[in-house]
Amino acid sequence: MTADIVIQAHDLHKIYRPGRDVEVHALRGVSFTVQRGEAVAIMGPSGSGKSTLMNILGCLDKPTRGEYILDGQPVADLNDDQLAVIRNRKVGFVFQSFNLLPRVSALENVMLPLRYAGVLRGAAQRAREALEAVGLGDRLHHKPNELSGGQQQRVAIARALVNRPAIILADEPTGNLDTQSGQDIMRLLLRLNREQGTTLIVVTHDPEVARQMQRILHIRDGRLVKEEVPAARPVPTGGVPHA
Amino acid sequence: MLSTLYLAVTEALRSLVANKMRSFLTVLGIVIGVAAVIALLAIGRGAQTAITGSIEGLGTNLIFVAPGNTRDPAAARNARPMKWQDVLALQDPAAAPSVQWVVPLLQRSVRVSKGDRHHNTIAFGTTPEYRIVRNYNVAEGEFFTQTHMLSRAPVVLLGPEVAQVLFDRTEGLVGETVHINGHPFRVIGVLEAKGGGGFGPNQDDRVVMPITAMYARLFPDMQGKVDGIMISAVSPEAIESAKEEIRQILRLRHRLRPDQEDDFSIFTQQEFLQVFQVITGVLTIFLGGIAAISLLVGGIGIMNIMLVSVTERTREIGLRKALGARKRDILIQFLTEATTLSLVGGLIGIALGWGLATAVEHIAARFDTTLPAVVDLQAVLLATLFSAGVGIFFGFYPANRAANLEPVEALRYE
Repeated sequence: MTADIVIQAHDLHKIYRPGRDVEVHALRGVSFTVQRGEAVAIMGPSGSGKSTLMNILGCLDKPTRGEYILDGQPVADLNDDQLAVIRNRKVGFVFQSFNLLPRVSALENVMLPLRYAGVLRGAAQRAREALEAVGLGDRLHHKPNELSGGQQQRVAIARALVNRPAIILADEPTGNLDTQSGQDIMRLLLRLNREQGTTLIVVTHDPEVARQMQRILHIRDGRLVKEEVPAARPVPTGGVPHA
Repeated sequence: MLSTLYLAVTEALRSLVANKMRSFLTVLGIVIGVAAVIALLAIGRGAQTAITGSIEGLGTNLIFVAPGNTRDPAAARNARPMKWQDVLALQDPAAAPSVQWVVPLLQRSVRVSKGDRHHNTIAFGTTPEYRIVRNYNVAEGEFFTQTHMLSRAPVVLLGPEVAQVLFDRTEGLVGETVHINGHPFRVIGVLEAKGGGGFGPNQDDRVVMPITAMYARLFPDMQGKVDGIMISAVSPEAIESAKEEIRQILRLRHRLRPDQEDDFSIFTQQEFLQVFQVITGVLTIFLGGIAAISLLVGGIGIMNIMLVSVTERTREIGLRKALGARKRDILIQFLTEATTLSLVGGLIGIALGWGLATAVEHIAARFDTTLPAVVDLQAVLLATLFSAGVGIFFGFYPANRAANLEPVEALRYE
């Protein structure tokens, strides 16, 4: 194992038992690795197991069987609170529906992971820097309902970044956005990937989004069926608007 | 640690303010319960102070002797009246060294008249020492003296209320003549106002005269008999020994055999206070019961609303867990919220109860009753502690439920 490998998944299985004598094999032996600084898309139709895979990669859930090493840390045997600490330190989530706290400002939303990390001193400064990095330095005290969808998603990205995680895990990050805002968000994520070297994993069913990644993992019926390097990876152009 | 607590409390307050109406209705149970208890306790404590004051205002080191045995109803019915000789015997310093003053008392309802004004009140026939033993001062004039006693002089001191009814004033009355049950009495003074007190017989509505004059002019058939005897001990420490001396003297004088019960009763001020303290104790238990029930009901309300809140905010909880919140973090968040809710209710209740007690005090003052509202720190601290405790106790189940949500499930919740 080298230090350059940030995700090492080996033979991941996930079996749900929604009822007696009923078993759902959501994952049937998934293995892959991701290098530090890579941008990887996970694609698959609904029911393919990609959500399950994303939950395991994000340490929200544990595999039934198999081994998962995140940033050098085996996580299969950790308890709930240990997993919470791993999520806090090593994973930045970006959700389709933004998931911001509605009643608090952008700045406080971004400070939330720092609070759970026990960082109090300088938390506001770090959150401000994260918001500036996503081009929202002038919207620190706006509440989510005073921001557009694209801006809200950028607050979410700032929140994902603020603890300097090993990976950013984005689940359909453009799913709730119009085309233009969606493109802006992808551009921002890729720029952060390129400039700050943050490992980026995007779960999507949008080929346009996946095409911009360095590598696409296709998953179907709980198995990795294809690994593809997009032929013509378009070089992201233009900066972030309003930055 | 302090700033973590600060963050938790501000966050809790923010979420409570976001649902103002709901929070208000939820804490109403606690508010009403705490307010009722604080108000009733304050009024009860005020009444206690007033009663204790009026009992102590009777005089110091007082012992009362009444005919009949209060523990024996049969004896009480055939109570043998006490006599002048009893009074004289108790004044013997050799037999009763712990006794300082002995004051006989004859009290009867009388009709006092001045011109065409009449007033029904109580006449106290006694000796000059009454003034010392009862801490009575005269507002004007003089108390009667031994000379008045010996000459059975028809002189009287008016209580301020009697003076007010008959003369519309309480001053400049010395030398006036009033008729008591038709017999002329000369006014030699007006008693100092002791206040209505609100409890027991009104100390301002009475007339006081030499017991000899009362025998001679008003109640000849009572000659030589007394209704009760007031005795003061030489010191508070001497009360018990004085009691025993009085008992021995009276048993001897009444020729009681050793197997016979006392045919008289002796009370000390202390015993009056003790009886009153028992009553207060019962009242306190009763109030405590009200408090417990209302806090219980209020607590269930909080638990209910916290369960609703946890369900409503399932996604938020999922998100917080995704961002690294541990079980403990979520538990503390919701416990803080429940506790803040009940604590705020408790504080509002304290303020409301205080206001209620003060209002009662003012209304009582309107009706010339002194009922000071005494809100003591102990009650306030207890109410605060209990309401916080209710929040923690009833908040624990919902908070624990929130803390144990599975992050994946919670995030998926719509």
